[in-house]
Amino acid sequence: MALLEVRNLAIQFGGLRAVDDFELTIEKGQLYGLIGPNGAGKTTVFNLLTGEYKPTEGIIKLDGQDITGRSTVEINRAGIARTFQNIRLFKQLSVLDNVKIGLHNQYPYPTAAAIFRLPSYFKTEKAMNEKALELLKVFHLEEEADTLSSNLPYGKQRKLEIARAMATNPKLLLLDEPAAGMNPNETEELMENIAYIREHFGMTILLIEHDMKLVFGICEELTVLNFGRTLAQGETREVLANPEVIKAYLGDDED
Amino acid sequence: MKKRTLTKATKDNFATIAMIVVLYAAVTIAAQAGLINSHLGGLLVPLCVYATMAVSLNLVVGILGELSLGHAGFMCVGAFSAAFFSKVTEASMNTFPRFFLAILVGGIVAGIFGFLIGIPVLRLNGDYLAIVTLAFGEIIKNIMNVLYVGKVGNSIRFSLDSSAAMDMDEMIINGPQGITGTPYDATFTVGFIILLISVIVVLNLVNSRSGRAIMAIRDNRIAAESVGIRVTRYKMLAFTLSAVIAGCAGALYAHNLASLIATPARFGYNMSILFLVFVVLGGIGSTRGSIIAAVILTLIPEVLRFIGDYRMLIYAVIMIVMMIVNWNPKSRAFIEAHNPFRKKEKEVQ
Ligand SMILES: Nc1ncnc2c1ncn2[C@@H]1O[C@H](COP(=O)(O)OP(=O)(O)O)[C@@H](O)[C@H]1O
Ligand SMILES: [Mg+2]
Repeated sequence: MALLEVRNLAIQFGGLRAVDDFELTIEKGQLYGLIGPNGAGKTTVFNLLTGEYKPTEGIIKLDGQDITGRSTVEINRAGIARTFQNIRLFKQLSVLDNVKIGLHNQYPYPTAAAIFRLPSYFKTEKAMNEKALELLKVFHLEEEADTLSSNLPYGKQRKLEIARAMATNPKLLLLDEPAAGMNPNETEELMENIAYIREHFGMTILLIEHDMKLVFGICEELTVLNFGRTLAQGETREVLANPEVIKAYLGDDED
Repeated sequence: MKKRTLTKATKDNFATIAMIVVLYAAVTIAAQAGLINSHLGGLLVPLCVYATMAVSLNLVVGILGELSLGHAGFMCVGAFSAAFFSKVTEASMNTFPRFFLAILVGGIVAGIFGFLIGIPVLRLNGDYLAIVTLAFGEIIKNIMNVLYVGKVGNSIRFSLDSSAAMDMDEMIINGPQGITGTPYDATFTVGFIILLISVIVVLNLVNSRSGRAIMAIRDNRIAAESVGIRVTRYKMLAFTLSAVIAGCAGALYAHNLASLIATPARFGYNMSILFLVFVVLGGIGSTRGSIIAAVILTLIPEVLRFIGDYRMLIYAVIMIVMMIVNWNPKSRAFIEAHNPFRKKEKEVQ
């Protein structure tokens, strides 16, 4: 059974059908790419998958379970975590705290235990700190654990967002243009990070990306969106050779 | 690495608590030495009340990131319910357990009001809380001016009609005259204890899973939801706890007055704004800063009484200076670098 199954997904904003007749099947362990020109509807697909927007039509199934129309919180608990194209960190909190907030549902203890400083508070917080530092290490952020997250350079902020999403222990990770604004070195590191979390956590990833090199290098399968509609779908090499894709997607550069 | 991240917050909290204890000790010693005149002495309980209110409001404004413009309303509810409790039980209970329970009653009743306001309003995203709390503060103040509660025989009767008061044998809450003759139980020491407990509760909350969830909502609600944080639940927690603390402060306040009347000066909009000024000048989000601002701004008009009307001018200047000191990045960095507790920590490493 596929991990994610999306059938006939659509959303209407007034007169604009931002996403229409969208279909997607992602198998466990896959790294799947979602590409398309600006305004094609890629981020909208993420907002639909995470419950930020309610679909006008269609069905979303995660691990066989229908999650259509559920709230963002419930969908995260069911196993989808995401990053944001326009970075959304907890700016006034430290790097470590950002990840610990991601661990919120993994390490529960009652508020009373915190207020009265009961043993369960110290025990759980300690375990939480260890887990958070472990995740930060994956992204080479452990040195910055105490830094205010808004003081991180741009590339590291993007990585911190991935670490925070990973902290929720998802089945499916959605990355919205994770390499945007990164220099080639940082992009290289990011690709290593993504390879690492696939290998060590068996993570299934759906990736929105503009950087064609990155897409070509790591995605096994692709969906190309254009004006909310699916232009092509399938194995990366084949999709990128499709003349319609070249026209729609790469066309902007040639104009 | 791990240790440092744990102790950083702990040391900061310790500095806040130490500050309150030192302040209490200094005032107590000064009072023993006869250095505090009656004027200043009369200010000690209100000082604790205002500092506690600043801690309470900072929880909503600085930590949760919502605006409350009616916090004096929660204090008012706490004050009246606690004073009512003390009046009713005065004959049957000793001072200590009675006052202890009265404070509890004030906190719980205010907490219930906070909870009830929160249920519809905190579901919404936007500045609705500011509008609703503003209305709440004014409505509560006005209701307390027309509320008559008295005994008829052995039962207690409520009314919003002044003529009903004629039929009551013994008035407890007497409309615009409020509650008179509340036992004079409040002392500086009790005030200090209430402030200290409020601070410890808030700081312990902040440095916990729930506190981080609350601050996550403040910093970015959408991201908080995306990592599975139930936003309404944590908003309710912070707001209700804040109301409870305000209610306790109100209970303390009521037991320091010969007659408790809901005048605009005591429980009106201006009071709510004054609390907000404490929080803003203290550097929004800083519990310690809120307390310092509350203490300074409460003492200034009294300490400067000898220069007459000029004192309000000085008051304004001090407000401006505090704003600059607390908000200028350079002065903030300076204060950070000269925090004695932080310094020690650096030397250890
Ligand atoms: N909440 C919304 N209300 C109205 N229009 C929206 C909304 N969100 C997205 N859109 C529109 O949907 C289209 C697709 O946007 P988006 O998914 O952000 O594109 P991209 O592929 O660049 O991520 C755009 O035309 C955008 O203006
Ligand atoms: Mg986008």
